[in-house]
Formats: sequence, structure tokens, C-alpha cells
Amino acid sequence: MMALRFEVLGRFNRARAARLTLPHFTCHTPLFMPVGTQGTIKGLTTPQLEEIGCQIILGNTYHLALRPTSELIDEFGGLHNFMNWPRALLTDSGGFQMVSLLHLADITEEGVTFQSPVDGKPMLLTPEESIQIQNRIGADIIMALDDVVKTTITGPRIEEAMHRTLRWIDRCIAAHKRPNEQNLFGIVQGGLDPVLRDICVQGLVERNLPGYAIGGLAGGEDKDSFWRVVAQCTASLPESKPRYVMGVGYPLDIVVCSALGADMYDCVYPTRTARFGTALVPEGVLKLKHQSMAEDTRPIDSTCECMVCKKYTRAYLHCLVTKDAMGSQLLSYHNLHYMLQLSRNLHSSIIEGTFPEFVCNFLRKMFPKGDVPEWVCNAMEVAGIDISSCSTSTPVNSNKD
Amino acid sequence: MPQAERRERILDGILQESIRETHKMKFAVKAWSKSGRARVGLLQLSTTSSSFAQGGPPAKEIEIETPALLLTTRKGLPAFISPDHLSSLPNPDSRLLQFSPMHFMEGPNSKTISAIGGVHQLLGLHEYGFVAVPRDSILSLPECNSSNKNGASFETPCGRFLVKPVEYMKMISSMKPDLWVSLADEVHASVTTKRNKASVDRTIKWLDDCISLKSTDGALFGSIVGGCSIEERQRCAQEVAKRNVSGFYIGGFGLGDSVDERATLLHAVTDLLPKEKPRHVCGLGLPEEVLQGIAAGIDLFDSTYIYHLTLGGFALVFPLDGKCKHVSDPGISAMASDGTKINLKATIYRKDASRIVDGCICYTCQNHTKAYINHLLNVHEMLAHILLEIHNTHHYLSFFGVIREAITEGRFEELRESFIEKRRDHLLAACELETPVRLRA
Ligand SMILES: [Zn+2]
Ligand SMILES: [Zn+2]
Repeated sequence: MMALRFEVLGRFNRARAARLTLPHFTCHTPLFMPVGTQGTIKGLTTPQLEEIGCQIILGNTYHLALRPTSELIDEFGGLHNFMNWPRALLTDSGGFQMVSLLHLADITEEGVTFQSPVDGKPMLLTPEESIQIQNRIGADIIMALDDVVKTTITGPRIEEAMHRTLRWIDRCIAAHKRPNEQNLFGIVQGGLDPVLRDICVQGLVERNLPGYAIGGLAGGEDKDSFWRVVAQCTASLPESKPRYVMGVGYPLDIVVCSALGADMYDCVYPTRTARFGTALVPEGVLKLKHQSMAEDTRPIDSTCECMVCKKYTRAYLHCLVTKDAMGSQLLSYHNLHYMLQLSRNLHSSIIEGTFPEFVCNFLRKMFPKGDVPEWVCNAMEVAGIDISSCSTSTPVNSNKD
Repeated sequence: MPQAERRERILDGILQESIRETHKMKFAVKAWSKSGRARVGLLQLSTTSSSFAQGGPPAKEIEIETPALLLTTRKGLPAFISPDHLSSLPNPDSRLLQFSPMHFMEGPNSKTISAIGGVHQLLGLHEYGFVAVPRDSILSLPECNSSNKNGASFETPCGRFLVKPVEYMKMISSMKPDLWVSLADEVHASVTTKRNKASVDRTIKWLDDCISLKSTDGALFGSIVGGCSIEERQRCAQEVAKRNVSGFYIGGFGLGDSVDERATLLHAVTDLLPKEKPRHVCGLGLPEEVLQGIAAGIDLFDSTYIYHLTLGGFALVFPLDGKCKHVSDPGISAMASDGTKINLKATIYRKDASRIVDGCICYTCQNHTKAYINHLLNVHEMLAHILLEIHNTHHYLSFFGVIREAITEGRFEELRESFIEKRRDHLLAACELETPVRLRA
């Protein structure tokens, strides 16, 4: 049972551009999902998000379950109504937030036990409960509760987590009460071990879920390991289902993962970095706090079409950032616009057959000296994208096959 | 990208060619209240620009009815309302923005602001009128103990600054506001008679300095001070009225003075001012203070009050039908409401699916419930303040509309009395419950 349609509209080798029809919105992939942890994207109104082309917002189940509670959201007809967002929503399972935010979280076969941040009492989040909460929140896409392990950990714990994730997916499927309105995505675990990742992919694919996520990445692993896991998973996941790389990422990561055949991303980076005064630009980042910006009369990015770049100079933003709420509002607006424009450019260049040129232009701006990182060169080699025109380094894919 | 290139060229063009703009201000009184002091007027601002053909700002014409609320800004923009949402506020009522040149003490410097083309270009708001007032009651507070005969001292988030008339005029000529207020020595109500007298002398001298240093054609409002002394207030008003100014700024209120003596002081000043010129005041913000100021013949107010309300999680709810029946819902405790505003942090709004004000056409009320704003406040999300500032600004602008209508129709005194009476009743009720809701100490 699924409540989505995924139609691939264009391909370039492994990269694909698709139309993803969800109950609340028809999206175009590759797509970036801004993180709206507590039922709002920090400092932006919903019409502004529509204006800059946001298609899906990610909500954090753990935070929403604490405040305002999933029962209250349910009373208001779901999160779409509560926050007045007409387009698509995705909620995570809550497990990752608990493990990463709470020191005393412990994972057993039953679920994730943790100390309540409200009264300190021990609490338990089971796969059934996570799904029940997400059913009440009502997002278009909900995520299975998985056993999250840091990618930097090795040994039997990784294997245990992978097998537990597979056992839990059945409990999640059984608990899911709204399969006609909400799409349950399974999460591939298995650390950096290709054998474990493969077992997990096969196990999840057998369950025929509406979509699949690649989990356990963006946790401090080295970049070469990161892209290899993505490449392995995208190669064995079904062509006809969306693939979501969780917690990714930086603009460069998104371009690389898209070349490898991934479709969806989420990251707090654009809004978080905005609050610290950093703007995303084709060249990388622009630190508006820096003294050199104080009298700079240029816009953040002269090629950006967003409201902020049309109206404001770096000099003005320099005096706002990290001091006034408006500084982070305007910078978040630009940064999200940048990420969403990047997604649109990925989609259209794949459709138009100009994907390699797009990738080369992207890399040329970010690495004008041609010093494209080796991991990117290696990934592009696997993706079949010739970047020799913009890179001086040569790919080293010794352990390919 | 050709469009981006074009914009770059436009920005370059602006930098190379100094813009020749001509600002004009006109003011006419349209109606008087029965008591003869409160008035409805029309303030017209027009800018003609020689550089429009080269991509410079277009000519503009703004007509604002007074009494009017100027939107208080931080560095030229409202604290939370971004420029795209600014345009959804009532028009043209919301088209006057007040800022303090002191907001830019840490940059950009005057040369850069001048190169960018002044505040209109800096903020990308060409269709708005900008009013420069040194003091703003939020970020730029007069620090009278540090002011001296050379200049006025201001306490700002980036430190304390002594500003001399020549420096102030440099800022004004680079920022090119439509209206600007002369530098004043605003003192606390508790200062000695001698210090208060000195503040009047300095303020008049600095006005003369500003006039002689004037290089911009924005309209100049002469500052009137005098603290709590009727004689000094009158002396200052008379001297300023003799000068070549387009209007008046009445300062020195909201600095430890008592509300009870304010009417007398205001009347002493406004009775001496020529009737055909507009009057702006700082330090009066609460609805009853605004009504008091209007009753004394004030035309322009700032919206510092809205900023404080918004930060505190309050939303204005008093009726705007001119009848001023205050909300007296027995279900709402005195903690959550004082009859004019509600505190959306209160738990009674946790599940409240209604709008802040039924029938309010502001962006916030058209799109969001009290429960959602309550949630945003609980989790300290910035969107709460954005939504509250939009509603509160909208509501207060509408309040000014109601007042103008009442003056025009000859029932301003009734409106004021009924408003104050209802509010007094409610405050008494709140006191009896021993839960007085005070926004400001
Ligand atoms: Zn931009
Ligand atoms: Zn409203």
C-alpha cells in the first residue's frame, strides 16, 4: 500500500529527475527539505517558503511530541493544518533525536528508552509508538524507527543495529494505520560495511515500501566512505522508488549524491549557518560577519534571484547578522533559496541532458583552482560524469567493483 | 545571467553617479476636534529623482493621513517584519518608517551609505518615507549625564556615543531621509532646574547648527525639550517656532516624567506652535498615551509600544468599531487579558483554534490560530514574533484610522473618554484580583 507516485522524467547515467506525487504536493526531485523542527522553519513564514520553492518541510517527531504534543496536533487536523502549510511534510521517527540529544538514551529490543526531559522519568519509544505519533502528526512521509549507531563505531554493534532495524520495520508496518494517506519509508542501516548494507537493502526491498532512506550517514565518517555507502545503496535500491539520504547535507554532498542516483535530502545547515552569519554562495560560503563585508556594496550573490540579493548589500547584512532577528531571517531566506535553486537546477539539467555541464560549472565555481577533492573525483568516476574539464586531480578508484 | 549582470550594472551606476533627489514635504490640517486641539491632517512626501532613467530610484509620492503611527525600526526595518510582508500592512498607513542614525554607529559608515544611495536604497524600500530621529526608546537612548555642550550622548547596543551636530549632519546627509529631527539634549525628568535649562539652550543651539550645516533637502523637524518645566517647554517651543523648520519634534517624554502632568506640558508646547506644521512626539506609546497626545494636537507617533508588546507575547484585541467595548469574556482571566491585549503565552490559548481578532484581515489572523502562536512562543520560535508584530502593527494602524474618523466626525472626545473609562474599569477589576497585568514597570 502506498500513497505516492514516483515517475522518473529523465536520467543521466545514475542520476535521475523525477516527479514525486505526494498527498499534499507534487514534488520534483532531486529535492532538498528544509528542517522545521518545531512546526516552523526558523524565521520564515509559509508564503515565503512557497515563494522560494520549498516542496517538503521536515518536522521532528521527538520535538513535536513534547510540544505541542501529537494529540494536540491531531485535534487540529494534523501538522499541515496546525502550521498552515499546504505542501508536503515529512516526519522523522524520533529515535535519532533521542539518541543524539539525550545522554541517557538506551536501545533495547523493545525500543529506545530515555529519560523524559519533562519529569526525568524513564520513557520508552517503541516502533509502534513512533508510528502512532507520526500517524497523528499526519505528514505525507513518515520514517520507520531504526536502531541508529554512529558510523564511526565498528564491530558487532553495527550488525546488531542493522538486524534490529529489519525486525523493527515489520513492527512499524504492522503499526501503520494510515497507509493510504501516509508513506512509510524504511531506513537502510549497516554502518560502513558493504555486506551489512546489502543485507539491509535486500531485507527492506522485500517489504516493498513506498520509499527508502539511507541512514546512519553524515555522522562524522570520512567522505570517501560516505559516498561509497550512498553509491552502493542507490545501485541496489529499486529504480521505481524514491531514495532519501538522511541528514545530508552540504551543497557539494547533494550534487555528488544526486549524480549517484539519490533523490531527497534534508539538513539544518542552511538555516543554522545563517544564524551565525554565513551565506551560501556558488563559490562556497560568505562570512558576512567578516570585517571585509562592512563596506561591501555588492549583493550576497550577484547571480541569485532571491528577494534578499535583489534588495540588500553585504554592508547592510553585515550590520544585521548575529545581532538582529532580521539578520537571520534574511540570511535563512537566501540560504534556503540557494539550496532549493540548486535542487531545481539539478532537476532541470538532468531533464535537459546537460547534467555533466551543470556539475562541471558547479565544481568550477567552488574549486576555481581545479582542486576538486579526491572523494568527489572518485564518486564522479563511479557516477560516469566526466569532470576532467574542471578538475586537476585524477580519480583513484582502486577498490572499485 | 543577464538579469544579474544588469543588477550589477545598476548598483555600479548608483555608486558612480551621485543621485540628485529632491524631497518635498507638504502638510495640511483637514479637520479639528471640538476641543480645538486634536486634528486630522494630510502629510505628503514626494521625491523626484534625476537618476531614474539610469536605474536609480523612481519618483515617489506618499500621502499619509495624520494622526499617524510611524513604524519603529531597527536599522531601517521593523524588528521582525521582513520587507515582503511589510507590503501586506495597511497602505498607505504603514508607509512611514522611523529609524535612528545611531543604529548605524557600527557601520556601514556614512561614505558607504552615501555610495549606496541613502536609506531608501540601503533598505530597498523606495516607496516608503524614512524619518530619522536620534532617539528611539529601544536601541538608542539619550544618556543625559554624558551629554555635554558639544554634543548629545546615546546609549546603544554597541556602546555609548557622543554625537556632535556636525557628525550628526554628516549622517543625515549620507542617509537622505525624507524627514529628520534636529539633534536634541533630552534629559531625564529628575535633573536639576539648571541642567534642564542647559538642555533647552543646547537644543536650540544645535538646531541652529543643524540648519547652518544642512546640505540635504529632507524636511527638518526642530526638537523641543524642556523636561517637566512649563516655562522651559514654552521657551523652547517659542524659540524653535521662530526657526526655519518644516515641523516639530517634541522630546523629553517617557524619561521618568509622570503621566499626570503630561497633558499640561504638551498643551503648553502645542499651543505655542504654528497650527499649519506637523508635530511628532517620542515617548508616548500606550493607547491612552496616544489619545492624550492626539488630544494635545500631536500628529505623529512611533510604534515602540508594538515592539514591547510583541516581545512580551502580547496581541492587541481591543475593538476597532470606534465604540470601544472592551473584551470582557469571563472565561479570560486577568492574567491573560487586560481588556486591550491578550498574552498568548497563557495556557488557555493552548488549544484555542480561533484567530487573535475575529474578522481581522492581517496576514497573521488570516493564516494562523492562537494555539499555533501559543506553541511558537512556548518553544521560543522567531515566527511567533513575526506573526505578533504583523498583527499588532496592523491593529494599531487601524486604531489610528478609527481615531482619525472620530476627529473628522466630531466625536473624538467621546471615543477617548469611553476608551479610558473601559480601560480603567478593567484595570480596577484586575487589581481586585491582585493580578495586575502591567506591560511596563
Ligand atoms: Zn539570494
Ligand atoms: Zn490580525
